[in-house]
Amino acid sequence: MKLLGKLDWSAIPLDQPIPLIASAVVGLGIVAVLAYVWKRGWFPYLWHEWLTSVDHKRIGVMYILLGCIMLLRGFADAIMMRSQQALALHGAAGYLPPEHYDQVFSAHGTIMIFFGAMPFMIGLMNFVVPLQLGVRDVAFPTLNSTGFWLTASGALLVNISLAIGEFARTGWLPYPPLSELAYSPGVGVDYYLWALQISGIGTLTTGINLVTTILKMRAPGMSYMRMPMFCWTSLASNLLIVAAFPILTATLAMLTLDRYLGFHFFTNEAGGNPMMFVNLIWAWGHPEVYILILPAFGIFSEVFSTFSGKPLFGYRSMVMATLFICIVSFLVWLHHFFTMGAGGDVNAAFGIATSIIAVGTGVKIYNWLFTMYGGRVRFEVPMLWALGFIVTFIIGGMTGVLLAVPPADFVLHNSMFLVAHFHNVIIGGVLFGAFAGYEYWFPKAFGFRLHPGWGKTAFWLTLAGFIATFTPLYIVGMEGMTRRLQHIDNPLWDPWILMAGAGTVVIFLGVASQVVQLVVSIRMREQLRDTTGDPWNGRSLEWVTPSPPPTFNFPVLYDVHGEEAYWGIKQAAIAQEKLHDEPDYKPIEMPRNSPTGFITAFFASFMGFALIWHIWWMVALGFVGAYATFVVFAWRDEDEYEIPAEDVARVDRARRASRSGDWLTKVGSPA
Amino acid sequence: MSHGPTPSDVAAVYLQQGPYAQGHDPHGHGHAEARGHGAGGPAPKRVIVGYGFWIFLLSDIVMFSGFFAAYAVLAHATAGGPTGRELFDLKRVGIETACLLASSFTCGLGYVAALQRKQLQTQFWMFVTGLLGLVFVILEVLEFYEMIVKGAGPGRSAFLSAFFALVGCHGLHVTIGGLWLATMMAQIWVKGFKPQIMRRLLCFNLFWHALDIIWVALFTIVYLLGAGA
Repeated sequence: MKLLGKLDWSAIPLDQPIPLIASAVVGLGIVAVLAYVWKRGWFPYLWHEWLTSVDHKRIGVMYILLGCIMLLRGFADAIMMRSQQALALHGAAGYLPPEHYDQVFSAHGTIMIFFGAMPFMIGLMNFVVPLQLGVRDVAFPTLNSTGFWLTASGALLVNISLAIGEFARTGWLPYPPLSELAYSPGVGVDYYLWALQISGIGTLTTGINLVTTILKMRAPGMSYMRMPMFCWTSLASNLLIVAAFPILTATLAMLTLDRYLGFHFFTNEAGGNPMMFVNLIWAWGHPEVYILILPAFGIFSEVFSTFSGKPLFGYRSMVMATLFICIVSFLVWLHHFFTMGAGGDVNAAFGIATSIIAVGTGVKIYNWLFTMYGGRVRFEVPMLWALGFIVTFIIGGMTGVLLAVPPADFVLHNSMFLVAHFHNVIIGGVLFGAFAGYEYWFPKAFGFRLHPGWGKTAFWLTLAGFIATFTPLYIVGMEGMTRRLQHIDNPLWDPWILMAGAGTVVIFLGVASQVVQLVVSIRMREQLRDTTGDPWNGRSLEWVTPSPPPTFNFPVLYDVHGEEAYWGIKQAAIAQEKLHDEPDYKPIEMPRNSPTGFITAFFASFMGFALIWHIWWMVALGFVGAYATFVVFAWRDEDEYEIPAEDVARVDRARRASRSGDWLTKVGSPA
Repeated sequence: MSHGPTPSDVAAVYLQQGPYAQGHDPHGHGHAEARGHGAGGPAPKRVIVGYGFWIFLLSDIVMFSGFFAAYAVLAHATAGGPTGRELFDLKRVGIETACLLASSFTCGLGYVAALQRKQLQTQFWMFVTGLLGLVFVILEVLEFYEMIVKGAGPGRSAFLSAFFALVGCHGLHVTIGGLWLATMMAQIWVKGFKPQIMRRLLCFNLFWHALDIIWVALFTIVYLLGAGA
């Protein structure tokens, strides 16, 4: 038995300059950041205040940071794909050999969905939901931290595959029999499987946590029909996580058993059934689409209402539409493989179910439009993303309904039309939503606004680049170009492929603007300071807190009447020209920080890596370590600490001071 | 069109009553009678923990349903190999079932003893629960071993793959439950019946009973139907 299993020097891609240089640059970057942090002496602060934090706000921020970094990584893959196709015309080879190109598109999809979009959305939910519910934390704070670190552990494994070994060449969903050991003997698929299993546990714990938080922990008086819309869509999204992610866990476990222990779930031999994988993975995969988009719908609801200065139009119909989408999203998975040949009746049923989802979405679109109607619309950056979303998402939705028609799907299946469609809804829906939420809640998290000029630049460049990239892909898809081509031999497609490449350059400028925006905003933070905690004239309870909110969020829990608690409180204050009298401040108990999550993820990373490379002693060590961590955590006696009443009073008095005088007259008559 | 109070109505209520929660639990410590439905604010810790654990159990059952679905699809894909009728020994499975169901009963007795704060009784019943679980796991491992020796391992056919995965997944849950049980026994011994330990014990009970529910489905669908087919 070899000490390091399958691992040896051949795992380092010494003969492939691109991954080698890329991983060397990333490695040096990480070392440089760590060295800088070390030199400035920030490690104790980072460890005590962030890495071990169980505060939902900080965990939310870390999720979003992870999401942003992974979005950049996934975008680098996208640039490589678009440039490879643009260079590999007329028999040219381009610069990415097929086996590398296949890894790039697989990594792009995996990273964007699991480690870009998911952490971004979960981060926003983590940060915002307890604040909107008017409570002090999520139901299980330490579990929340563990979930985050397990997600980070999965992201780490995927990125290690760049330097050690290889990534899957099977696409973002590893369809068998290609993903079986016979056809993918390397470690690529194993990296995929273990990275997703580990981060999947993290996602599931988040789902359990947020469902419990929303259903069992709300401010007094906040009945279901008084919850802000973002909380409703978060509830729907997390219910879907709880109901769908276990299917992913089971499916990936089956493929793992096939690959590691010679089982025959999905093999061609011994009665295995590859199509069963496709069915199971999409029984998770379609709800996953709605896990991502529902929180975005919630963000847009908040943004449209706030920046139109009106309550959300049709609140009840919005709740109904959200839950309708939540349920129907489980009944459409077969539309991902109409070509399986399940027969006309089955295809028709799923085609109709798919089209019907558009009814729920349509209700939402009209509600957003009517929210703006007659309102005093302010074109701030979050609102621009929301308006851009309406346009792009309607196009994406319509091409989706087109694909829902089985005969049309037989023609367009696996074509670039499909690629354009789902980017149309995921970028134009999920990502625009994430960016709107990022711009909208950034001042709440950090106490200063993001620079609006750079934000607008980023929006317009991204929108223009997005249209320039994906419109040509619709066209070549209609003309029969299939997805995942490493080179292209049809000269008729050349101009469109080049145009898509040029569009990517424009998107790159948009992404760069967003990075610049963050840097500029940090440097100009004094000018952009949000002193009152209510920079947008908001309507829900997160805006009652100062920016950034204290650990305990609320000095005293607020009483909720109506759908827009904070708006009502604010109007009352305006009417009597002063804030309500000070409450009676009491000490507050908050959960203690804990390194449990970080240490568990540390062992989980080792265990995952050891499983990928068949280093069995390290697997055992990782498991024992994780179990020991769990026992140590379970053994502690003091899990809470008390914030004295004076500290609570001091924080709240500062907040009250910032809101007296000028501010009341200003919000009372917004310009 | 609007069903609820208008924004100005809401503002009027706040003008009259002030913005802060009155009554049972203004500081959100969850000491109140609230059940989390809205009116009373956040639910008490015990309700939150139990509720969250229920959600986890539901998700676990969804995972099992994935394995059940795979088994249903592959049940007849024996690839010329042995079928359930030839392999299953209902007598042994019957003993396994009896052990597991009895262990749920003793698990319940252990919780009753814990509610009465009786250390020795609690330890005794939890020990019996663990012992019955151990017998169950040993019998299952024995069954697997004999099948593999006979050449009817998971690699023989898709049917057997699905069988080993489904039954093994349940067995793995029982094993992890046993580990949890041992940890809990040590904790109760050292720390006594603290509130957070009682909450964990509640969760353990829920977990152990849920494994029974899954086993009943498994016994029926895999063993009874399989042996009868």
